[in-house]
Amino acid sequence: MSVELDVFVGNTTIMDKEVYQLWLNGYTVNDAVKVRIEGGVMEECEASAEVLLSDTMDQYRTFQMCERLLHHPAKLANQLLFQIPPDRQAMLIERYYAFDDSFVREVLGKKLSKGTKKDLDDVSIKTGIMLKSCRRQFDNFKRVFKVVEELKGPLVENIRQHFLLPDPLARDYAAIVFFANNRFETGKKKLQYLTFQDFAFCAGQLINNWTVGAVDNMMEDMDVDLDKEFLQDLKDLKILITDKDLLDQHKSLVCTALRGKTNVFNEMEANFKNLSRGLVNIAAKLINAKDVRDFFIDLVEKFIEPCRSDKLTSIDVNLYLTHYTNSAHILDTFKHHTVWTRYMGVIKSCILRMYHD
Amino acid sequence: MPGKLKAKIVAGRHLPVMDRASDLTDAFVEVKFGNTTFKTDVYPKSLNPQWNSEWFKFEVDDEDLQDEPLQITVLDHDTYSANDAIGKVYIDIDPLLCSEAATVISGWLPIYDTIHGIRGEINVLVKVDLFNDLNRFRQSSCGVKFFCTTSIPRCYRAIMVHGFVEELVVNEDPEYQWIDRIRTPRASNEARQRLIFLMSGELQRKIGLKVLEMGGNAVVGYLQCFDLEGESGLVVRAIGTACTLEKISTFPATATHPSNSSPSKDMKEPVFGEEAPGVPLSSGPPTPLRAQTFSSFSPSKSYSRQSSSSDTELSLTPKTGMGSGGSAGKDAGPLKALLKQQTQSALEQREYPFFTLTVFPPGFLLHVGGVVSARSVKLLDRIHNPALGNTRSYKLLDWNSFTADEPETRDAWWEEIRQEIKSHAKSLGCHAVVGYSESTSICEEVCILSASGTAAILSSRFMQDGPLDTELRLSQQPLCVFSTGSERVEGDMGSSASLGFEEVVSPGCGFCHIPYDELNIPFPAQLTYCYCCRRYKVPDVLFTTIDLPTEASVTGKGCLIQARLCRTKKKAQGEVNATAISNLLPFLEYELHTQLMNKLKLRGMNALFGLRIQISVGETMLLGLASATGVYLTALPSPGGIQIVGKTPSDITYEQHISNMQKKINDTITKNKELYEINPPEVVEEIIGSPIPEPRQRSRLFRSHSESSDDVSEIDLSHGKKDAFVLEIDDTDAVEDIHALLTDSPTPAGFYSCNTEIMPGIQNWTSAIQMFTSVRVFRLNANLTNQGLNKIFSDLCENLLKSLYFKLRSMVPCCLCHLNFTVAIPEDELIQVAVTAVALSFDKEQTLENGKQSGEKTPIKAITENDEQLQFNLELNAETSSSSISPKGLSEVGSHPSARAPSVDYSSFADRCSSWIEQLKLKAHTIRRGSVKTTSSMEKASPLPEGRSRSLRSNRSYSGSSVAVVKMTPLSFIPGAKIIKYLGIINMFFIRETSSLREEGGVSGFLHTFIAEVFAMVRAHVAALGGNAVVSYSMKECVFMENPNKNQAQCLINVSGDAVIFVRESELELTSVQPQSATTQTSNGGEGT
Repeated sequence: MSVELDVFVGNTTIMDKEVYQLWLNGYTVNDAVKVRIEGGVMEECEASAEVLLSDTMDQYRTFQMCERLLHHPAKLANQLLFQIPPDRQAMLIERYYAFDDSFVREVLGKKLSKGTKKDLDDVSIKTGIMLKSCRRQFDNFKRVFKVVEELKGPLVENIRQHFLLPDPLARDYAAIVFFANNRFETGKKKLQYLTFQDFAFCAGQLINNWTVGAVDNMMEDMDVDLDKEFLQDLKDLKILITDKDLLDQHKSLVCTALRGKTNVFNEMEANFKNLSRGLVNIAAKLINAKDVRDFFIDLVEKFIEPCRSDKLTSIDVNLYLTHYTNSAHILDTFKHHTVWTRYMGVIKSCILRMYHD
Repeated sequence: MPGKLKAKIVAGRHLPVMDRASDLTDAFVEVKFGNTTFKTDVYPKSLNPQWNSEWFKFEVDDEDLQDEPLQITVLDHDTYSANDAIGKVYIDIDPLLCSEAATVISGWLPIYDTIHGIRGEINVLVKVDLFNDLNRFRQSSCGVKFFCTTSIPRCYRAIMVHGFVEELVVNEDPEYQWIDRIRTPRASNEARQRLIFLMSGELQRKIGLKVLEMGGNAVVGYLQCFDLEGESGLVVRAIGTACTLEKISTFPATATHPSNSSPSKDMKEPVFGEEAPGVPLSSGPPTPLRAQTFSSFSPSKSYSRQSSSSDTELSLTPKTGMGSGGSAGKDAGPLKALLKQQTQSALEQREYPFFTLTVFPPGFLLHVGGVVSARSVKLLDRIHNPALGNTRSYKLLDWNSFTADEPETRDAWWEEIRQEIKSHAKSLGCHAVVGYSESTSICEEVCILSASGTAAILSSRFMQDGPLDTELRLSQQPLCVFSTGSERVEGDMGSSASLGFEEVVSPGCGFCHIPYDELNIPFPAQLTYCYCCRRYKVPDVLFTTIDLPTEASVTGKGCLIQARLCRTKKKAQGEVNATAISNLLPFLEYELHTQLMNKLKLRGMNALFGLRIQISVGETMLLGLASATGVYLTALPSPGGIQIVGKTPSDITYEQHISNMQKKINDTITKNKELYEINPPEVVEEIIGSPIPEPRQRSRLFRSHSESSDDVSEIDLSHGKKDAFVLEIDDTDAVEDIHALLTDSPTPAGFYSCNTEIMPGIQNWTSAIQMFTSVRVFRLNANLTNQGLNKIFSDLCENLLKSLYFKLRSMVPCCLCHLNFTVAIPEDELIQVAVTAVALSFDKEQTLENGKQSGEKTPIKAITENDEQLQFNLELNAETSSSSISPKGLSEVGSHPSARAPSVDYSSFADRCSSWIEQLKLKAHTIRRGSVKTTSSMEKASPLPEGRSRSLRSNRSYSGSSVAVVKMTPLSFIPGAKIIKYLGIINMFFIRETSSLREEGGVSGFLHTFIAEVFAMVRAHVAALGGNAVVSYSMKECVFMENPNKNQAQCLINVSGDAVIFVRESELELTSVQPQSATTQTSNGGEGT
């Protein structure tokens, strides 16, 4: 004796948020039923485990049928198969495209390829997120990447329009796409202390300032790639460390400005040349794609770690970077002010964001 | 050439990829009507083609317009090989043929393929130019309106109700014409879909012709069914009620005053026994006595209509009159007899005085006798007789009739059953059958034909020439649905002088008064005087197939009551099988009836509405499922409890066991009474307080008399003074039955359920509605006993209900209305249960005090309406009788509802021979009172619509999406909204098949998708007609077949309903031009994106 077939179809599609979340999290039907029983829904509604199982299976089936549509959220609004109120549609989309920070941290900057997908079981074990959920999140990244990759115009706006995502989520996806496209290294041990939101913030800075779209909105180009011309120009900054006079002049200007304003002045002064070399070298190397990938690791190794070993607070770092940036403009022989501002603006906010434990 | 059909193909979207190489499609469209085909250009390499074609014009007969669907096929162009079909759209253009329905079909329609399901959508425009055809001999019936709704559609008024129309057409089933060749699934499915479309069209046209012949212009309660008889063919049959309807332009329209058509009946002598039933054909009394009556259902020849035929006759038609009743009080006799005579003449002209309606114009339904039903077992002969050519291959087993033309034979089968129903009704003293329906169950070559309805006496008002006009208030029902008499009262105003005499006395109880004569009760029943008016006799229980009349006074709330039964039978062939089935049927019906009665008593109720008994036949078993809505009618006596009596009282432990059970039952009854708020008024007290002594005495006398026949002293008296219903436990079966009785779990808190349109006692519906279909198939183990089967089947239904409650928990407090269960035995050892219903949520706060409020609000409403009418109408006296009651009712709200009836009775009719003038005075007085009250009541009523408008606004924001929201409901109305236009009937038939069952998610995944697709197609077609809802929606057929070993499954679904445009009441109030804007809004929505 067994129930051979069991379906429930409403004119307005009934979807339980809680079950949807369990489905998204990759629970099997039976596990989901267990979770729901523990959640106490049974007592609440005088239901039996049997009823719960039937309902869960039914919901899971509905979600599976909807999944195809969720891959192209715009279709959800004008498909005829399911009558879903718009607020529900928005909820479905938002939750489907939501991701776990711990998961995204694992794949951020990796190539969204089949190879990476194969390694997802390791990620799943490491993060404790179910493989099914990992796959969904990974496929979402990949899908968004593929669609946006070829599109012109502002990245965040494109994502928001094509996937009907709320603004914060669209920004996060922009960061993920940007990282994947430029293959930034984020997995090194030294970078482990950084959260996804740290990277997302940095990505936002880079997108807004260092891409082609950043300078010229009319430019029919993409937001995903860094501005090649700008990267080329960055090489000119090298003069700041190669020219001995300039380096000394810069140092003395910064030191004058800093003197008396901080307890770690001595450390700053001692380390100035080191730090300046580090930052300028990063700039000069960015023209090479390989070095772009190491951008964050370089920032940590060349700047953040030395500062940290000198026990600088983030206020100190802020102070230092402000004066370091401004002083360069006063140097007589230094001509590359625009490039310098564009470079240091991003560097400063990135470092400040990354400067924590 | 009386018609020009024009079609334009605009665009497509979401098309499937047909060319793997390019991931695109080169789509073009073929538009076919009759034998003419047009093609669009190929739109290369796109999944969203923009054809924007010219107008394709078809010049056709209107006959063809009615029969044929417009067939649109989307194909993928292939230069080298044959073009691949993407899918098809069938468009029923019938709605365009009626001037009052839709004018254009325009919107996105799903492209459907029987193998792949929905594959994208196509945007089309379809119009029809009809030329006036004055040809008298025309074969078409364009312009006759069809409604699935089983009441007079809101926004129409009935001028005349002409009566029963039926028709059936037969054909070979294309599914079985591939036997020698290889069956190609797509071709076969499409041939079937198309054929059924054609046959439905033809059927509608033929019924339309009959309606025109009768002088009507519409069919209400149109019920079309398919019999898939396998190799023997395909039958499409339909029944309905022909009416003359008139559109209500603005309400309330001026009420014209009817000439008095009914002769006065006061002084006539009673004509008793005029049509005294000879044999008690109908059985159905609630006592074990009934078994006797049933014994006559053995396959004796006396019941077979074709007694001339040989022994092979298998037409054993067990029948049950499940009614019960009492007799008319003596004083009622003359009136009734007269009434009977009078309507008789109107009805006798008709072959079958049947009405498929379940809700009636006020004043139409006078008395209800009880349920009448008839069943007949037939054999579909497999032998294909070459002499018959290809006209048909099945016939009666009766060899005499085998030369008959096919449809004729089929007609003869139904005719036989209808005759039987007619005679049952007669034996109940009724001249008409209302709430009539027909059904079949087929297994291999055995076919059970069933028909059932409610015997009733109708007013002649709507059936005579020179129609009397009564203002139909049905359109306003959602608001004042459970008025205590307001509806009826208004209906009566036209003829209050004579015809309404009786009804005026007893607004909410008239229909309960027995139509048959007391001395010749067709079956044993206990009669008492009506608890409302105390003047006429009523039965102790009442079973009906109709909806609860709006004017009925009900105590407490109602609930769904189901009797479920499984009976095993031996596998057999042919006649042996048919005989076995016909032998089993009476017992099945008897047990179902007993179960119903027990469950009814257990809930402390005394009447069933919407009773529907379905018997399904399989190879090794018979399934019976009876569903109805139980209520406590105030007019009927309080039901006695259930008493258990053991056969062998020797054993002490046994006695203890019995008393334990008795206690459980008593507890359940008490609990149920609380749950359903059944607190019937203490009768005795009221009578003392009542100023009429005479009826009281009489009723007392009567009651004491009836009680004296039983041993009252022995019986537990806690559940009413009436004698308890005795259950004898003489064997294990009975014990099981009682256990089963107690295992029905109560509905969870916040839920109510019924299978009728509306739930008594709940009024303040919100606009939240959720229609759903749920299907379950259960696999049984072999070798189960009857009891085991019963339990499984019962659990299956119970669990299904539980699942529904759980699913819909977010809508609490809510009521599942129109719960329609269908059972089938798709294969040996499989039971299929399908449910379609709608969940309506309501405001809790008001229900708590609804006992008072319902009483209060509705009479007020009635008064306001009456008052409004006064402005149009200066003839007071015709109306007065109506208002005389409602204010009274109002004044006595708070006291027990039934308390009011006797006093009204007394005051307005102190003497039965009271003079007409006196009455007039009284009424004039009450009218004044009524109009004073009006102002205050308006204020009271106003918060409700406001509350609605708020919830609506939030709702409306949803419609911002590009797909128009289309509501679906099995009810004939939408709560909180007014239907402003009927756009035509929706009648769709789909087949879906798969040979990759596992890949599509197994049987559940397959059916889930298919049902969702059917919903989507219904919604899309409604939206294309410019509508925003389907009312009276039903899934009439859901045939599911699977072959998991071959990874295959096939399913056929037939749905129907009425496409409508509705407007929220709050919107109506805001702007009077709303209707137009609503129309455009929805049609825009349909075209959206």
